[in-house]
Amino acid sequence: MRRLTPYLLALPAWMWLAIFLVVPMAAMASVSLQTGNAIDGFAMTFSVSNYTDTLSRYSTQLVRSLVYGGAATVAMLLIGYPVAYWIAFKGGHRKSMYLFLLLLPFFVSFVLRTISWGFLLADDGILFGTLKGWGVLPADFHVLATAFAVIAGLTYNWLPFMILPIYVALERVDPRVVEAAQDLYASRTAAFRRVVLPLSLPGVFAGVLMTFVPATADPVNAQVLGGTSNTMIGNIIQTTYLTNLQYPTASALSFTLMAMLLVGIFAYARALGTENVLEAAAR
Amino acid sequence: MNHQHDPALLRGMTQPRTRREAFRIAGFSAAGLALAACGVEGQKAAPPKTDAVQDFWAKQTKHGKVVFANWPEYMPEDQAPLKQFQKETGIAYEYKEVIQENAEFFGKADPVLRAGQSLGYDIVVMTNGIQLQHMIELGYCVPLDHSKLPNFAANAGAAYKKRAYDPNNTYTIPYTSGVTGIAYNTKYVKDDLKSINALFDPKYKGRVGMMADAQEIANFGMIALGVAPEDSTEADWQKAGEKLKAQRDAGIVRKYYDQSYIDAVSKGDIWISMAWSGDVFQRQLAGEPVEFYVPEEGGTIWTDNMLIPKGAANPVDALMLMDFLYKPAIAAELDEFIQFITPVPAVQDILREKAAKATGEDKKALEEMVSSPLMFPTEADYAKLHSYTKLTTAQEQVFNPIFQSITQA
Repeated sequence: MRRLTPYLLALPAWMWLAIFLVVPMAAMASVSLQTGNAIDGFAMTFSVSNYTDTLSRYSTQLVRSLVYGGAATVAMLLIGYPVAYWIAFKGGHRKSMYLFLLLLPFFVSFVLRTISWGFLLADDGILFGTLKGWGVLPADFHVLATAFAVIAGLTYNWLPFMILPIYVALERVDPRVVEAAQDLYASRTAAFRRVVLPLSLPGVFAGVLMTFVPATADPVNAQVLGGTSNTMIGNIIQTTYLTNLQYPTASALSFTLMAMLLVGIFAYARALGTENVLEAAAR
Repeated sequence: MNHQHDPALLRGMTQPRTRREAFRIAGFSAAGLALAACGVEGQKAAPPKTDAVQDFWAKQTKHGKVVFANWPEYMPEDQAPLKQFQKETGIAYEYKEVIQENAEFFGKADPVLRAGQSLGYDIVVMTNGIQLQHMIELGYCVPLDHSKLPNFAANAGAAYKKRAYDPNNTYTIPYTSGVTGIAYNTKYVKDDLKSINALFDPKYKGRVGMMADAQEIANFGMIALGVAPEDSTEADWQKAGEKLKAQRDAGIVRKYYDQSYIDAVSKGDIWISMAWSGDVFQRQLAGEPVEFYVPEEGGTIWTDNMLIPKGAANPVDALMLMDFLYKPAIAAELDEFIQFITPVPAVQDILREKAAKATGEDKKALEEMVSSPLMFPTEADYAKLHSYTKLTTAQEQVFNPIFQSITQA
């Protein structure tokens, strides 16, 4: 019995993975190789053309998604790291309040928050309308319907998922380690670069993992804040599933996106020199 | 933390597999193959036989409850018509604003109905587009028992009893109709616009809104070329596609919108946009600087329809409510709030009488409604209005990519 206990404890997790990951993925893989239409039904034809057609037709949007997702991730890193650092080392006894404030906007729905940005950034809205009135901005200046608006929206929406893991990693850094570095004549920058930064890298890794994937696949920001040439792959997948009912094409697209993300993440893991991807993410 | 790998794990990976494991792997593969073999069944339904419809309705009874799924802002806030229904019939109602877009709603409903389960709604409202056609083709709608729809028979306008997308109202009866035309913001556009060409005018570069819906945008592309959408061919779609693509590539279009176009045009993000009549009319009453017109080259008319989805728990109660909404007094109350085109012509006289008795602001608002061509189009207005193209499944797979490649570049 004792020998079995660890396996029994792991059982719920395995069941979860089997039911909610393996079965849907297998079903999706199966659908991605079928042909047909929603009215007459789909049949398995092992048609690889779903993948090749999709790739040639939507390569622009696929590449654009990776670029937008990547840009947003970099922006989140640049904004999120200092914030996490400040909360971890300067937050004092208010740390948990700062973290709560960080999460507060998440009590409002994702879509609603994005639409609110639409209102804030409107051409003649509260912000730009006023600035235009003062003559600071030219009359036809606009941010909505540009790539910048989409990337900014992605950055805003996923930022806490970057800050929290970095915060957790930094929180664990013993301040005495930094003191020791300074005792050994390291300057403040050197102490940060050679001690604190390496110790926080697993957090950075987890943060990038948790933000790059959803930002790249997100359909909402592009739809609400984007213009005529900011369509992301998430929008295409949504349309193929819900409007065109082209389940095979949509499945093939989803799989392609997933494969690209996995390749990207493993490349990143190697570059960062992290021995074990899962371990770093779990830490 | 121990970074060493568990030696037992490594051994398992390097040692030859036992026979039992081989069986297990074979089992997984078989399960995988079984999954791979099952397709998604199509369910194209044959038209209902009259006997079967009668049998179905003969077996149904009133349950004293009905669940109505509708679009936002499509019912007075106090739900007075529904309360009146409850009072007169004793049937309790649940009213849910859960439908935002036909495609999205159908995308969610399809797997449920395909699996033979109930949506949990007794009445749903859908526009006469591709998705409603799918609902009918797939047998997702309960054929209506017209012997239980006396108010519809007595009060619906003749045009609303002859719908090309559902002949003889076999599955649906109209809830309300609307016109797709053009809206513009009078703060920025000083011209008196009349033509559809305003949407293609380089003068408004970056200030034009078009709709993201493939059928809506296709219609306007075709009307701009002088083609009637309902008679269009594949060659016309290609030409319309090229016209719309040129419009996008010239930077004239700011964005392809869903219902959010109305906020964009009243805020001034865009100056001119394709628009739905009732939306604009409601904004005008709210004092926003928007004007609406049906292009002289033509616009389109669409109808939102009530239907009973397959597997609905209370079909008899649903039918009673659908019929109740065709009482002229109730239809008038409804239309006074939603301000689209009612399928009950008597409403215009009721509102006119009400306007005669009313005073002040109310009187003005009611008089505007009665004379509005957006709520009560004249024969001449109707003559300018086109319908959607009816597409077969095969045509859809040509049609959709042409126009989606424009809106989702």
